[in-house]
Amino acid sequence: MDFYEYLVDNAEPLSQEALDHIVVVGISVGIALVLGCALGVLAHRSPRLRPPILAVSATLLTIPSLALFAMFIPLLGLGTPPAVVALVLYALLPIVRNTVVGLGSVDQSVLRAARGMGMGSWRRFLRIELPLAWPVVLTGVRVSTQVVVGIAAIAALVNGPGLGNEIFRGLRSLGSPFALNLVLGGTLGIVVVALLFDAFFIALRRLTTARGIR
Amino acid sequence: MTSQATPMIRLDELTKTYRGQPHPAVDRVSMDMPRGEIIVLVGPSGCGKTTTMELINRLIEPTSGRIYLDGDDVTRADPDSLRRRIGYVIQQIGLFPHFTVAENIATVPKLLGWDKKKIGDRVDELLDMVGMDPSEFRGRYPKQLSGGQRQRIGVARAMAADPPVMLMDEPFGAIDPITRDRLQNEFLRLQQQVQKTIVFVTHDIDEAIKLGDRIAILGERSQIAQYDTPANILASPASPYVADFIGAGASLKRLHLSQVSSVELDTGCVTARIDGDAEQARERLRASERAALLLLDADGRPQRWVDAGDLSSTDLFKAGEPVGAVVESTSTLSEALNAMLTSNSGVAVVIDRSGAFQGLLDFETVMVAARSERDFYRAAKVPS
Ligand SMILES: Nc1ncnc2c1ncn2[C@@H]1O[C@H](COP(=O)(O)OP(=O)(O)OP(=O)(O)O)[C@@H](O)[C@H]1O
Ligand SMILES: [Mg+2]
Repeated sequence: MDFYEYLVDNAEPLSQEALDHIVVVGISVGIALVLGCALGVLAHRSPRLRPPILAVSATLLTIPSLALFAMFIPLLGLGTPPAVVALVLYALLPIVRNTVVGLGSVDQSVLRAARGMGMGSWRRFLRIELPLAWPVVLTGVRVSTQVVVGIAAIAALVNGPGLGNEIFRGLRSLGSPFALNLVLGGTLGIVVVALLFDAFFIALRRLTTARGIR
Repeated sequence: MTSQATPMIRLDELTKTYRGQPHPAVDRVSMDMPRGEIIVLVGPSGCGKTTTMELINRLIEPTSGRIYLDGDDVTRADPDSLRRRIGYVIQQIGLFPHFTVAENIATVPKLLGWDKKKIGDRVDELLDMVGMDPSEFRGRYPKQLSGGQRQRIGVARAMAADPPVMLMDEPFGAIDPITRDRLQNEFLRLQQQVQKTIVFVTHDIDEAIKLGDRIAILGERSQIAQYDTPANILASPASPYVADFIGAGASLKRLHLSQVSSVELDTGCVTARIDGDAEQARERLRASERAALLLLDADGRPQRWVDAGDLSSTDLFKAGEPVGAVVESTSTLSEALNAMLTSNSGVAVVIDRSGAFQGLLDFETVMVAARSERDFYRAAKVPS
């Protein structure tokens, strides 16, 4: 059976796994966005907390993915939860770093003007700081997503969802006539998912960047 | 407490020491700023002008001392609501780059909860006021404006909620001299309409003299070297420091302050109607001791200078030379001097608002006016 026939025959399970992949990446990056922004704001505001926050998020990225996934099994068991936790940790660094950079690049005189007109600190953050830092933050989110789409394949090892299952099934049955098709199918799926996410971010960037700073 | 005598802003022994600094940046400064006036703080870079100004709207908290606004002690008032009552144009303008011009201007009215319609009307009114067409500029972003236009939007934004007090920190700082001159004139015209109490920071003494009703010349640690009207400061600098700061051009600067109407004009000039009889005109010129005669039109507007020789011609409309330097009596002496120099004549013809001839102003008169009765400037320069 050639690869093309294989794809046609397995279109349904493949697209289901692709969808699972997208969902687990989406959830992980979503959580990482909230967490990373919060940590980034903290690091931006407190010169004392900045070095430890950046160092820890950078260290997380150096832990081998296999080990990180396995680490959470005793705590969270198998399946989606340990996968999401590990992916969130991987996604953190680019988001935290870009949040710090983005907030740091906001013109101080603009913030002082806002303060001088009696804009409270919350409003200043939501209306001025965040929108101005947003394009840089979003770039961080995009990088995170690209990293996580690939790593999410490993999640299959802890029974996580997604296209990794396809690949690992192939690897386990090496030598059988289907093995290569399975691995290729999973890999191709991941490439397609990554491209879809990228297209999504290009659109999101256009939609959410204020016109005056585009 | 809001009587005419209550100063709009009163600083009482105001001191600010930045953390980690051995000396205060502002050291026990006390000052009364009368309502409706432009008070200019002028001094060298780093002397504490911005710090003094930001103590007023509490962007900087004082180390000690008190601030009174319209008689009320606001040293401990809620800073956000205080700032909404005080328009602030910061040194770097600081327009919000992701807001349109209209949204920038609408900032404080929105914070104050005005309704949409009222905000929209106010935005258009302010754009008109600063000389920018609302339909063209409302929807633009700051990056689509020139430096001078941004400056004006900064001023419009600070005036949006019609605050009684405005703080302006070198608002015309980074602009070419010609545009700056225009913006200054617009600013004075605007102030005549709105009559706000304006604290204006600059390090340019000429700008201070041109704009200020009152000037505070600041030295190190924001110490007030002299606080007085421009005329008094120019006429009698309180110290060598002030004299130095005013610079060598003090006499010429005085000319910016006096109007043509404040000096005595030469009214002995011989005139004749330009549509009249040449023979008669020649007769009058000969009877006087003057060398030339001024021809006026039917409404008394000066037209041409003629001397005895020119009057041999019968067509007075072509005789002699057209008048060169013409100034209104409300012009400044500096403008009159300028007109004389550019038209290459030793006298300026002074007219009233309707254009009718009033008298002549000669070079000598201007020079006498430029000299003060006593030469305070030189006296101040003598080391004690
Ligand atoms: N946040 C700060 N921390 C410490 N020192 C400061 C701070 N801001 C200003 N200073 C110091 O206080 C003094 C007065 O500064 P300020 O900004 O008020 O000067 P300025 O008169 O406005 O100068 P310029 O004309 O250059 O704007 C300066 O010596 C400056 O170095
Ligand atoms: Mg300053």
